[in-house]
Amino acid sequence: MGRKSNNWLLIAPMYIFTLLFVAGPLIYMLVLSFLQKADVWGVEFVFTLKNYLKIGKQVYLNTFWESIKLAFATTALTLLIGYPFGYFMAKLPEKRKTLFMLLIVIPFWTNALMRMYGWIILFRSNGLIEQGLMALGLIDDSLKMLYNYKAVLAGMVYALLPFMILSVYSSAEKMDWTLVEAAKDLGAKSWQAFVTITLKLTLPGILSGVILVFIPSMGLFFIADILGGGKIMLVGNLIQNQLMSTRDWPFAAALAVILMLFTTLFIWGYKKITHSDELEGLL
Amino acid sequence: MSQDVLILKGIEKSFGETRVLQGIDLHIAQGEFLTLLGSSGCGKTTTIRIVAGLETPDAGQVLLDGEDVTDKEPYQRNVNTVFQNYALFPHMNVEENIGYGLKLKKKSKQQIHEAVMEALKLVQLEGYEKRMPSELSGGQRQRVAIARSIINEPKVLLLDEPLGALDLQLRRQMQLELKRLQKKLGITFIYITHDQEEALNMSDRIAVMKDGRFVQIGTAHEIYDHPRTAYVARFVGNANIIHVDGQTLAVRSENIQLMSQKMDEMDRLPENVDHQKSFVGGLPGMIKEKSFVGGMLRIVIALEDGTEVIASRHGIDADWEPGQSCFVYWEPQAGVTVEEE
Amino acid sequence: MKRYELKNSQPPAVRKRKSKEKLRLSDWYLYLLLAIMYLPILIVILYSFNASKTSVIWGGFTLDWYGELFHDRSLLESLKNSVILALLSSSVAGIVGTLGAVGMARVQFRSKGMLEYLVLVPIMIPEIILGMVFMAFFSLLGLPFGMTTLVLGHSAFCVPYVYMQVKARLVGIDKSYAEAARDLGARERQVFFDITLPLIAPAILSGMLLSFAMSLDDVVISIFVAGARVSTLPVKIYTQLKTGVTPEINALCTLMLIVTVVLVLISQRLQRKKM
Repeated sequence: MGRKSNNWLLIAPMYIFTLLFVAGPLIYMLVLSFLQKADVWGVEFVFTLKNYLKIGKQVYLNTFWESIKLAFATTALTLLIGYPFGYFMAKLPEKRKTLFMLLIVIPFWTNALMRMYGWIILFRSNGLIEQGLMALGLIDDSLKMLYNYKAVLAGMVYALLPFMILSVYSSAEKMDWTLVEAAKDLGAKSWQAFVTITLKLTLPGILSGVILVFIPSMGLFFIADILGGGKIMLVGNLIQNQLMSTRDWPFAAALAVILMLFTTLFIWGYKKITHSDELEGLL
Repeated sequence: MSQDVLILKGIEKSFGETRVLQGIDLHIAQGEFLTLLGSSGCGKTTTIRIVAGLETPDAGQVLLDGEDVTDKEPYQRNVNTVFQNYALFPHMNVEENIGYGLKLKKKSKQQIHEAVMEALKLVQLEGYEKRMPSELSGGQRQRVAIARSIINEPKVLLLDEPLGALDLQLRRQMQLELKRLQKKLGITFIYITHDQEEALNMSDRIAVMKDGRFVQIGTAHEIYDHPRTAYVARFVGNANIIHVDGQTLAVRSENIQLMSQKMDEMDRLPENVDHQKSFVGGLPGMIKEKSFVGGMLRIVIALEDGTEVIASRHGIDADWEPGQSCFVYWEPQAGVTVEEE
Repeated sequence: MKRYELKNSQPPAVRKRKSKEKLRLSDWYLYLLLAIMYLPILIVILYSFNASKTSVIWGGFTLDWYGELFHDRSLLESLKNSVILALLSSSVAGIVGTLGAVGMARVQFRSKGMLEYLVLVPIMIPEIILGMVFMAFFSLLGLPFGMTTLVLGHSAFCVPYVYMQVKARLVGIDKSYAEAARDLGARERQVFFDITLPLIAPAILSGMLLSFAMSLDDVVISIFVAGARVSTLPVKIYTQLKTGVTPEINALCTLMLIVTVVLVLISQRLQRKKM
């Protein structure tokens, strides 16, 4: 008996903290999304579906559509670029593996804004690259590489690539490479062995990477803000605007609820496919 | 015998639906080397975990030196365990590992150091006190685990298959050493193994376990020569179980004689058979397999009722070939009547 | 392996060279991508030594920006805030997450699955949602926006990092260590402090380091819960990126990069110490 109550004392802080500062806010978000915005300031505790109906407007649907398109594009590109990286990395000799791990983790731990800023210095009008090209006489006018859709996409891919690499790597690392050799021994060509064995066995890593890239890419508003120059409006930006400028919190909450639904749906799908509770390579 | 140091009375234990122990009664004398012998899952580990206080029985009593310790915590009973995988604390060196029990007893640093050195000497590991467990071989870890347990001078030392992970040669050597250590210290040992040879070599008494019960408790000699049940005969003596005239007999394979004809029809017995001896049996069968195992010929015979009998010893007639029919004989005293379970 | 080589009709020398070439191609890919990943970071470091203020043309080497950094009151203030915030939230996460993981490993209860899911929610959903719900919730509670709300918000996404690391480590620890300790006479508390805690310490530390780094870098949640008076470094950088960057930022980012690299190195060392 005594031992049991001790264990409850251990869990209590996390339990209370989580209920109060994770469950509480999320429930309030749900409640808030059904409330009315007050005329001047704050909310009125009157039930309404107005906020959800508002999302149905063309302009907001477009925003959602743009966000999803961007998230898909980001995910596809990170997978395309990150998969070979994680795969090759897993085949490196042990010593270089740890070195590469270190080199991937550093940017992952480094301030995303700082990394974005580096790109800005390089790519902005009259920035390092343009000046170089002009000096070489290759261009006369500004290429306007920043502040457009492509720049935002590149920024997203760049920011989220480590997630994909680490996911793919951690499942490729665990793979039994003798299976590939066995497949080849049985007459499979390299690409056949890759498709039938490697790709299948690294699927959990791929899926986990997809989740870890797709979900944040729906909400990374500051990349769209900095690299899109305010021209690219994503769900994240919309929520931020509603909170900070328009001060329509109930509408922001409704947007967040929808976004949350997307997220949950994705995670649920992942669990259904992989039968796993944890995302590969999350840490 | 002197006073019983440990008494188990009607111990029962279930994990969920499975009844692991169904009424265990055991008296162990001071200074005795008792072995719990049984195949995996028979409940022997659970039994010593209950003695150690790592599990609480559902029913029954554990008496240590006459005191009821059934519901006492492990730190309240003077019993120690050598774990199967040694369980040396990976973050402590050899000295810290061995001295841990004394540190818990709030002994002075000097006292602990001296006791550790003595224990190391006892297990012949002098000079290893600063090593980490990861830097030791399997045999050395084993010795450290033993030293760590005996330093507390327990009333009873529990050893859970302590030699299971060692290779055969080291195993034999450690068997002798453990026995020597036990004699020297006079500590009561309860030793778990599934290896009958180990049990027969080391123990004062053997308790054969099956399905959470003791099937037979006795000296090595009693268990080996007078098995009470077919299971004991099979498990301890590798004996054949033969059904004749409504009786169940256990006959060890080295006592099986094979003949090509019924005895009364024979003019003479094979040359390697002592003519002075009388034989019983005469069960017809057919040779199924012939192989050499450990330098001995091993012949498997299928009797008419379907039971398989193994004959195995030096000097057996090597002319037998699979497919031949034969008759199985044994000396009357070689067949022990056993209970069928 | 051997049999496969035998089956191959090409002479060994040729095969060897071929596989070497293949290796080189994948190596090229790895190094190229790494170079791209590090390019912007290197640019920032480089420009922190750039004497020119416009930060496009290289105006020669200077350490002025580092000097100026230490005179920029508001920048130093936000740096101090960020460090305090990261220390506090990683400590809260360290305690709450560790105790939680240890307790959860020992008891079964009906809401366990739900609790575990909720603990991990903060790092599973887009940060913007977390930021928005905190902002709304804290103002509902009437909490004054500032360091308190920042610490609460950051702790929420730091707890899962510690929790997951410690949980994984606990699974890896052989149960018999604790049993051996109990068998040798240790009480529950002594088992925890003598055995369990030392064995999970590397996991706690690496979880806390990750938390520290994540807190130090966070923009999204800070923007929502910092309030008007308190600013963290990333928020400051964000505002500057939108309005206009002062060159000290380069210097500051460089210094923070050094801190990050040190943190990563320590964490990797801890991870490798797994027993």
